[in-house]
Amino acid sequence: MQKTYYDPADLKKFGKISEWNQELGDKFFEYYGKVFEEGSLSAREKSLIALAVAHTIQCPYCIDAYTGDGLQRGITKEEMMEALHVAAAIRGGASLVHGVQMMNKVNKLEM
Amino acid sequence: MITKSLHKRESALAKSKKQLEILSNGIFQNGELPTFKNKIAESGQFPLTAKKLEILQINVGYMCNQVCSHCHVDAGPDRKEIMTRETMQQCLDVIKNTGAHTLDLTGGAPEMNPNFRWFVEEAAKVGIKDFIVRSNLTIIRANKKYYDLPEFFKKYNIHVVSSMPHWTRGKTDKQRGDGVFDASIQALKMLNSVGYGMPDSDLKLDLVYNPSGAFLPANQASLEKDFKRALKDDFDIQFHNLFAITNLPISRFLDYLIASENYEDYMYALVEAYNPTAVKSVMCTNTISVSWDGYLYDCDFNQMLELPVNSKVKHISDYNEELLEGRNIVISQHCYGCTAGAGSSCQGSVA
Repeated sequence: MQKTYYDPADLKKFGKISEWNQELGDKFFEYYGKVFEEGSLSAREKSLIALAVAHTIQCPYCIDAYTGDGLQRGITKEEMMEALHVAAAIRGGASLVHGVQMMNKVNKLEM
Repeated sequence: MITKSLHKRESALAKSKKQLEILSNGIFQNGELPTFKNKIAESGQFPLTAKKLEILQINVGYMCNQVCSHCHVDAGPDRKEIMTRETMQQCLDVIKNTGAHTLDLTGGAPEMNPNFRWFVEEAAKVGIKDFIVRSNLTIIRANKKYYDLPEFFKKYNIHVVSSMPHWTRGKTDKQRGDGVFDASIQALKMLNSVGYGMPDSDLKLDLVYNPSGAFLPANQASLEKDFKRALKDDFDIQFHNLFAITNLPISRFLDYLIASENYEDYMYALVEAYNPTAVKSVMCTNTISVSWDGYLYDCDFNQMLELPVNSKVKHISDYNEELLEGRNIVISQHCYGCTAGAGSSCQGSVA
């Protein structure tokens, strides 16, 4: 068994998940490909969303993949970092907005 | 930022033999990745053979005012290989009789050849449909004697094709040298001011995009849209088409890939993106590349790897288009660069 949970080389093997369930694997990759096509959002905008989400879910494969994808699309490092701050702001905000729940609870319990 | 060519630095990679060794050993020798020959054989496309000639590309010398980090020519101010007037005359004799619809002058910076203007004037008289000069843009601003190049190009209805790796200063200068972005913008403005690149103008101005690192270009049409919007909004600059060209793993780009430990991943990326449809339109099948000393190659990359055409005809002085047609194209693993994704050629995507 490998000594670490993540191996960068495994990203290249992503497609192999279909080997153990061809039908669902095929459906997933077809859906995946369709999602990233140009639509109401540009493929470029979708790539930045994917990069931000990759950091939110802290998926090392996705971070590698969408950093590379962004570079291919001419996305600058400044744009990438801004996208990450959006992710961080939502993530941080999600913690802090629960502060209202805490405050409600404190206000209810305290005399 | 590098300031000298691999040749000047006496790097081992200055030798084409060393580059070809690297491209044939390691992951391609141990079977981890298929050789290009085996890959195209899978789809019944080996051997690649030359079709009717469409593009005659002439490299008038390796001297350049820039030292770009990805340059497949290993060009720079320290390169002294320059086409002589005698060889140019031999090229002119060929140009007069060629069936090619495109004449493509490249370098180095072709404008630095002392006989460049004479050559253009003479070649333009033949009236080839599309007469391209690959200008690096900064040469137009490098010295007063080049300031009139936009007017000169206009006079001979030259199709100007220029490199621009990004619409931002940081990415451009990192690949092409400090100050290149600003000088390129000034040069593009000069070209626009004489009519180059303007909508509906017959004075064609196209840009070439090379990725500024170990990654492949994205979709050419999307990149063109982004380039057009950014250059228009930020600098009021216009151009016609963007050619997205994949960096081939040779010369200075190969040196960079190895030094940055990206070589294997890059080769994997090229092989994974292999597109058999692109093989049908690779430029070597409709191009002849002529070197500064008059020798003939299937493409500019093979010229730099010193892989001459597989034909009885080897030199511009013995040129024979009929004999060259049908020749087997000389290939190695660098060819994966032209068959990845939407394919890549000096005219951009092919598939």
